Amino acid sequence: MSILIDRSSKVLVQGITGRQGGFHAKLMMDYGTDVVGGVTPGKGGEWFEGKPVFDTMRKAVETTNADVSLVTVPARFAADAIMEAADAGVRLVICLTEHIPVSDMMKALSFCAQKSTRLIGPNCPGLMTPGQAKVGIIPAMVAAPGNVGVVSKSGTLTYEVGFAMKNAGIGNSTIVGIGGDPVIGTTFVEVLEMFENDPETEKVALLGEIGGSAEIIAAEYIKNAMTKPVAAFIAGRSAPPGKRMGHAGAIVDGGEGSAEEKIQALEAAGARVAANPEEIPDLLS
Amino acid sequence: MKLHEYQSKFLFRDFGIPIPEGAVATTADEVERIAAELGGLVVIKAQVHVGGRGKAGGVKVAKNAEQARAYAEEILGMDIKGLRVEKVLVDPGADIDREIYLAITNDRGAGQPLIMASMDGGMDIEELNRERPEAITREHVDPILGLQGFQVTYIASAMGMPRTLWRQFGSILRGLYQCYVQSDAELAEINPLVITGAGDLLAVDGKVIIDDNALFRQPKLTAERDASDELASERQAREAGITYIKLDGQIGCMVNGAGLAMTTMDMTKLYGDAHGIGPANFLDIGGGASPEQVATALRIILSDANVKCVLFNIFGGITRCDEVAKGILTAYNEVKPEAPMVIRLQGTNALAGNRIINEARIPNILSAETLTDAAKMAVAAVKEGA
Repeated sequence: MSILIDRSSKVLVQGITGRQGGFHAKLMMDYGTDVVGGVTPGKGGEWFEGKPVFDTMRKAVETTNADVSLVTVPARFAADAIMEAADAGVRLVICLTEHIPVSDMMKALSFCAQKSTRLIGPNCPGLMTPGQAKVGIIPAMVAAPGNVGVVSKSGTLTYEVGFAMKNAGIGNSTIVGIGGDPVIGTTFVEVLEMFENDPETEKVALLGEIGGSAEIIAAEYIKNAMTKPVAAFIAGRSAPPGKRMGHAGAIVDGGEGSAEEKIQALEAAGARVAANPEEIPDLLS
Repeated sequence: MKLHEYQSKFLFRDFGIPIPEGAVATTADEVERIAAELGGLVVIKAQVHVGGRGKAGGVKVAKNAEQARAYAEEILGMDIKGLRVEKVLVDPGADIDREIYLAITNDRGAGQPLIMASMDGGMDIEELNRERPEAITREHVDPILGLQGFQVTYIASAMGMPRTLWRQFGSILRGLYQCYVQSDAELAEINPLVITGAGDLLAVDGKVIIDDNALFRQPKLTAERDASDELASERQAREAGITYIKLDGQIGCMVNGAGLAMTTMDMTKLYGDAHGIGPANFLDIGGGASPEQVATALRIILSDANVKCVLFNIFGGITRCDEVAKGILTAYNEVKPEAPMVIRLQGTNALAGNRIINEARIPNILSAETLTDAAKMAVAAVKEGA
């Protein structure tokens, strides 16, 4: 078992004929993901690695019965691509794209809610259920199958921690990169709830960072509803206030969103918070 | 991208929001001329991208043109929190009866625009929110539908706006919402919106921040960018597609990925803080880490004279560490830094990457296996060099 994706997920890649889209679609297929096709407007009828390319998501979903879509298109077209996927009726959309205007995301998110489509991201590395499927850019070598769920705002920090776990003999049920933007489709709490309800997940690692209050809300959930142990790390203790640290969402604003308040809230909720991400495997064993 | 007060207010005016009939000036001569034209009391306000300019002496009320000139000479060129005042706004003095707060911002948690309004404006909204959160009326807007009429009435009523001003207030709130949407603002704030002695509403101070990710479709606003608060090194990095933020410590950090870059900074502080040692910068080199990109990033990091050691932390996922190692050596040979470098490569082909670094036998390049070791080695290198 796992959450969100497994070997039976049928995946479309929006932007499959692009350089990044094609590169990662191929790696996903090599990993065992059931990529059933792709969409690039104007390239319908072409083929990618033996899979059909369509002009529109509607046609692609109708033909392939895909239930998941990966958006890899550039920022100015990405919100439209997300809405197209939701409109075509897929259950889950994962958007990797960085630098999407927030106003576009707010509209896309509202549209996804109307269509009951779950969005992961944007500005995220995607998902991986080790040994079964990956949708996104998480490298195959960073994780092995196991029972620790990972939810994270960041890409390479997730790889770092996943790899440290793997080297310590700890595997993962599913790794979920929720993204570093201020407005995202799926929050920490929603993923924690899925892990709490997943029989194969026994423990959870949460990797947060400065900015916003998603980790504080997650702490409330951990305190009130979570039975499984949580280990956490919050990046940005040394970040100055008022500066955006790479991720659009990573900013301590008006005294809100500091690492200290998040760490305090998580500790008060019973989570074990590492000062150093390399301690996470110890906190989980 | 932050707009100055004058840019924000002139933008408000385009959306039908009443503002004082002031003008912007860069010399004392201009200030004197504007003050003479306006007649009566004028306010001279420094235009810099920092808060607290009033307390710093950057805002003065002058009785006449002569005094305006004297104040302008004082304020222009003044240093406020490290920023030089290049421009002042000269506004006619307003007759203030009451100060109101009105703003629209992106609510991250809700994923919707949020309107905040209070009859107790003038003060810092964060302070008001801490002390008397009930004094702020909040209303979310459906981003697809936009602001609705009933919401305007609700806000005016709930905040306690005098009924005689509802029509004026409604027009200002609708204008501010249009301004926020059409400018791709992440914040459009009027503080204070004042009730004048004559009983009219007037936007006396304003602040607009534009979403950087939307600048591609805001050419007019982008052209107004005042980057004087941006360091030369930060601008150079931005133009090279590297995210770089200068900090006060001694360990220059070069990392791939924003979350890992913050984490690497944190580690230098975790092990160095007791000795007064910490990160000199945030730097996310992005994916790939080609020799050219590494060399550019290295030059930017070393342009900071405080840097006593450079710490590389690269997680090779799709990128292979042996390729990164070659890139680092090429960049080293180009830049020839004197500061020692600690290199930590992890992930795909990490062993091969470390072998390449070690076999190069460069005396001031050290390789580390874990992030913990790397941070400790960098701290030790700074201590030794001190």
